[in-house]
Amino acid sequence: MSSSVVTLNVNGESREFLCRPGTTLLDALRDSLSLTAAKKGCAQGSCGTCTVLVEGRAVFACLVPVETIGSRPVETLEGLAAGEALHPLQAAFIEGFATQCGFCTSGMILAAKALLRASPDPTRADVVRAISGNVCRCTGYEAIVDAILMAAARLRKTATRKRAAE
Amino acid sequence: MQDLEKIDTRFFSAEREAHLDVVGETVPRVDARSHVTGKTQFYEDMTLPGMLHLKMARSTRHHALIRKIDLKAAEKVPGFVRALTHKDVPNNWYTILRLIGVEPNDEPVLPEDRVLFAGEQIVAILADTAAAAGEAASKVKIEYKDLPAVFDVEEALKPGAPIIKPHGKNYFVYEGHHCRRIRFGDVEKGFASADHVIEHRYQSAPIEHAPTETTGCIVKPEGNGRFTIHSNTQACYFTLDNAALILGLPFNKLRVVGGTVGGGFGGKVDVIVEPIAILAAMLTGRPVKYAYSREEEMQVSSPRAAERITIKDGVMKDGRIVARKVTLYVDAGAYSRHSPYGTTKAAAHMPGPYSIPNVWVDAHCVYTNRTPSSAMRGFGVTIGDFALESQMDRIARFLKMDPVEFRMLNAYRDGDTKAHRKKAEGCALVEVMQKAAEMTGRTLPERFRKMSSLSREGI
Repeated sequence: MSSSVVTLNVNGESREFLCRPGTTLLDALRDSLSLTAAKKGCAQGSCGTCTVLVEGRAVFACLVPVETIGSRPVETLEGLAAGEALHPLQAAFIEGFATQCGFCTSGMILAAKALLRASPDPTRADVVRAISGNVCRCTGYEAIVDAILMAAARLRKTATRKRAAE
Repeated sequence: MQDLEKIDTRFFSAEREAHLDVVGETVPRVDARSHVTGKTQFYEDMTLPGMLHLKMARSTRHHALIRKIDLKAAEKVPGFVRALTHKDVPNNWYTILRLIGVEPNDEPVLPEDRVLFAGEQIVAILADTAAAAGEAASKVKIEYKDLPAVFDVEEALKPGAPIIKPHGKNYFVYEGHHCRRIRFGDVEKGFASADHVIEHRYQSAPIEHAPTETTGCIVKPEGNGRFTIHSNTQACYFTLDNAALILGLPFNKLRVVGGTVGGGFGGKVDVIVEPIAILAAMLTGRPVKYAYSREEEMQVSSPRAAERITIKDGVMKDGRIVARKVTLYVDAGAYSRHSPYGTTKAAAHMPGPYSIPNVWVDAHCVYTNRTPSSAMRGFGVTIGDFALESQMDRIARFLKMDPVEFRMLNAYRDGDTKAHRKKAEGCALVEVMQKAAEMTGRTLPERFRKMSSLSREGI
């Protein structure tokens, strides 16, 4: 089978590229679009390092054929910061020492972002469940959970302030 | 639990110049911002034009002669470029620690007439895509003649066990001896004078590091006879030096770019993927990527060695240990890698942080037909500590003594001579236990509160 042109809406931009049938979203991001923040730790959906967002929901990019995405927006870690201004999750991961080797970080932050979109005021157990598909072999889970809760609290504060101002 | 003071100045105040401006301070990580923005570049985050992918045809046998290798079907796979066998490797035999004088070279880069473990790499396949390389590798036909295999350290040392190593012994030879030995005092006399003799056996399974980023490298020929190796090795210079020796290249033809490691834990200290990937780049003139799949990482990357440890202790009713005899086996698997060194570390670590007048240690580095073991977080020490401290708890229970007090009685003090003849200095075990007791709300008897690492008073 021959390659075809695929159009993908990634981080708010429309990108076009050629790919072979059956190419995963992860390979398309990494090899065709040079968006390498999402990692390939297992290529079988068991480590979570490839986690990205499709329509705001966390997916394992190594398991999703890129042709099935269609026009649904895809978000990767590269699109999270607004220029130099970090997203509260990114800031909290730095302040809370929630990164070690850094290989799971992209997946962790995006899994957390999907959680906070669906549930802005999560319990600790909610956070643990949300990142339960993401392996951190440096075993920094406590710091990661703390950072996600810290970011959630800050996001809620900002939202309250915004509402008050309105 | 109360917070730790940054520096607890109550201990050893006369010995310290407390001008420490990093210890106890919170210092931001230099790499955190690039990690959270996705800018950190791991070796695999690059694609080079014309890059070939390398996949290995691996042994399906634990111990076997290689009768025949048939590449015909592999060569027909679209995208196949070439295959490499041991005949292509300039200096095929090596051992990683030859850089520090460990002998003999006991491991082939690619095996010649036999395989020693299931998963051992045999034929390297180069192809235009990873999928083609994988398919071609799966089509390499290898005929074997199975040999008897041995999977247990004590079985491997028995007379009549199948000998698996070319030097004719299933163990590493330490300066002419069959194991790494420590002899200090007279343990048999110690046991004879002891109130009780307590012996237990401990063992552990191999442990896989399972880094989230699998082992791998990308080698780029620079067109001037030099090669740039983008690797996630934890040991750039081990890699550079071993690769140059294997390939017969001057060291200055190789440049290793590394330092960004997606989890290592000792699992990326061996030199396995780089030499063959450099060779492939030399022979094809194209960039080459050799990355382990998750399955390969779990099956063939070196784990922490399995160990078996017997500890026999002579103890007095008052809690003093007067003799300790340790027989320790490290399962090196099929090849030495870092295990001869790990076994020496294990021996030197005995009898633990305790001053015992009579110590006898035999630490064996044993070869079996299992995946070669190597470095992992305190290898040679961690499993020994598990055994030692389990033994300490069991003795304390047997003597109906408090386990902390029992350890404080036997803890080494400054000036004590350790079993391997080094003088103990800078000891702080007594003080650490006093502090830990205090922080966990436990009141030690005055005799133990007054103990110090600086003297033997109170024992």
